[in-house]
Amino acid sequence: MSSTTTVLLCGVGGQGTILAADVLARTALAAGSLVKLSEIHGMAQRGGAVTTVVRFGDEVPSMVCDPGCADCVVSFETTEALRNLPFLKQGGYLLSADEAIKPLPVATGRAVMPAGARETLTAAGATLIPAGELARAAGSAKSTNVVLLGALSTRLPFAAEAWEQVIADRVPPKTVEANLAAFRAGRAFALDASGAEADKEVRS
Amino acid sequence: MELMSGNEAIAQGAWEAGARIGVAYPGTPSTETLEAFAEKEGVYAEWCVNEKVAVEVGIGASAAGARVLATMKHVGVNVAADPLFTAAYTGVGGGLVVLAADDPGMYSSQNEQDSHYYARAAHIPLLDPADSAEALAFTRDAFELSERFDVPFFVRSSVRVSHTKTPVECGPRVEVPLKAYEKDPGKWVMMPAFAKPRRKVQLSRIEDLRAWVEDCPFNRVEQRGSAAGVVCAGAAYQHVVEALPDASVFKLGCTWPLPAQALRAFADSVDALYVVEEASEYLTEGVRALGIDVAEFAAPLPQDGELSPGLIRAAFGLETPAHAVAPENLPSRPPALCPGCPHRLVFKELTRLKAIVTGDIGCYTLGALPPLSAMDTCVDMGASVSMAHGFELALEGTEHRPVVAVIGDSTFAHSGLSSLISTVYNRGSGTVCVLDNRTTAMTGRQGNPFNGETLQKRPSRELDLEGVVRSLGVEDVRTIDPHDALAVRRALKDATSSDELSVLVFRSPCVLLERTRKPAFEVTGDCTACGVCPTLGCPAIAKDAETGCADIDPDLCIGCGQCAQYCAFGAIVQPEPAAKGGSHE
Repeated sequence: MSSTTTVLLCGVGGQGTILAADVLARTALAAGSLVKLSEIHGMAQRGGAVTTVVRFGDEVPSMVCDPGCADCVVSFETTEALRNLPFLKQGGYLLSADEAIKPLPVATGRAVMPAGARETLTAAGATLIPAGELARAAGSAKSTNVVLLGALSTRLPFAAEAWEQVIADRVPPKTVEANLAAFRAGRAFALDASGAEADKEVRS
Repeated sequence: MELMSGNEAIAQGAWEAGARIGVAYPGTPSTETLEAFAEKEGVYAEWCVNEKVAVEVGIGASAAGARVLATMKHVGVNVAADPLFTAAYTGVGGGLVVLAADDPGMYSSQNEQDSHYYARAAHIPLLDPADSAEALAFTRDAFELSERFDVPFFVRSSVRVSHTKTPVECGPRVEVPLKAYEKDPGKWVMMPAFAKPRRKVQLSRIEDLRAWVEDCPFNRVEQRGSAAGVVCAGAAYQHVVEALPDASVFKLGCTWPLPAQALRAFADSVDALYVVEEASEYLTEGVRALGIDVAEFAAPLPQDGELSPGLIRAAFGLETPAHAVAPENLPSRPPALCPGCPHRLVFKELTRLKAIVTGDIGCYTLGALPPLSAMDTCVDMGASVSMAHGFELALEGTEHRPVVAVIGDSTFAHSGLSSLISTVYNRGSGTVCVLDNRTTAMTGRQGNPFNGETLQKRPSRELDLEGVVRSLGVEDVRTIDPHDALAVRRALKDATSSDELSVLVFRSPCVLLERTRKPAFEVTGDCTACGVCPTLGCPAIAKDAETGCADIDPDLCIGCGQCAQYCAFGAIVQPEPAAKGGSHE
């Protein structure tokens, strides 16, 4: 099913992965794709590790993502990006918020954070994005998820206007402006990053 | 096209079929179904105290002539099994459709039982949608079928059907008038004299269903190659299509009864017939029982947990994509009680007391995880109270640690009450803690009798929990603010040091209900790195890896002040306004 695109979003329960996945799925649907969005509710949401999968294309049978099958992995946190590294397709797009959140076993001293997380991710080809910082600058720390969508949008075949339309429809009315600004900030950051990457390749 | 979860689609299907009444007890992954149904025009929907009650209300409304939707998670079907088995004798008046939502992989459940077995055991036909469009269509059509065959119908989903959003085309509602109710003891009074003839009716209905299912529109064959044929249903069908694009597939939409002739004909059309199913042997056994040879996989398919296309490909000996491996020793990220959770200090104090804690089903089951590690057992809804009685019986006359049951408000209403009545009746002792956070928190904050909120915001009455418990004959009933560490400690110590049965009601609303925040606490230079506050397991408190000192994350801290009460050095302070640790409104 080569016409199917798979995006795996991962993070910590409460970070807004479900809204981000919902916006992505509706943007794909508006573009005429078939879409499946699979999410996990219940106990896992209480600050635990969460993953949400969005698949779209001409044919979308399964709703889950196997290791090595995600065209894009979008992580809201660096440890979760490392945990979900196996899901990334070879040559896929790895995007992670440049933020580490200590899980409870680390906070209570029973485990340690992974050493060199940023370096490992960078070596794996990740784009690290200061999503929280960009969201706050755009007007709301809560729109970190939409900053990530902005960055992701540079790798998917939907026009920026189509994304913005869905965002405006799906977020609370009072937060539309902050969310649109967050989307644009994420998008601009990713375009700059890939531009810089291309420059580097040209120079080398 | 609309993007809908399977649960929303089931609600839509019921609404389109003219269902008037919806009944349920919340449970992942079924909960949103009745919530979505409740918001539709022209319907009545209610949370019942448990699944048995829900199904009984449903049978009553069906007998009176209305189309009824009842929804529950797989383990809820256990609770409702008693009325369901006999409803398969009485049959229905208005169509009665029961959603059984399974949780293979156990994302939010205590087991991964397969509801198909209930269909076979109770002789209730079961439809098995594989996406939201089917969930809508199957549910819609099940009401008419329920009336036609005079039997309840199951719709079975799993997490990946209930919680996957896929496009659906919605239709209009068909208004179905109430069927006239006429007294008919031969149908509705299931005492032996009437049940025996009714059993004959059931057996003849099973034959009718077996004939119907041979051409049932919910089953279909996708003939591709002749080398391999796969029988499958539900989410597993989607994985099979992706994993084995060349295989022929018998896609079952009705998994009880099975279409014997159609399956045999399919088996004859392929060189080898396989059955792919999730965390169960129901279909494999059923197909084998028809005399069909089921081929062995090249490598065994996992017997537990969810399936995926990759697992199916591996079972067929096919290659799977190369992929990176995650770094070793990544810290796990288990779910945890929220910052400010009113359950936290009860567990902290139970740990100090070295109590044997029989737990129950809800957010508070997280008290079993480190660092609180304050739970000894968790089996099923209400079991905390009855298992505590069992512990007391077995340990009587021995030197033993105090036995304490811990149960939430909604779970107490669900089935803890009947357990408590039994303990009182049998002169049991021990301590029962009701963690009353004013809501059914784990499933997304639904109403229950003890908060007096109903699903459609109709006027209700808030049950007096302490009054109810006193009326059962429990004399030692106390109400405690669970944010006050000393009060919690004293109450637990008093209750567990007496031989009397005590019920302690720890009452404070779930932090997700009001979402009020006070200024975050801070750790001052007086911190001695004693390591006590991190043992509370609050996500906002971290121990510095080098100094061992506590650190509070101001974004996560909601200013509840629980931790400050455990700091012997006064090093946890709330900057301003000058609020005292422990005061909690």
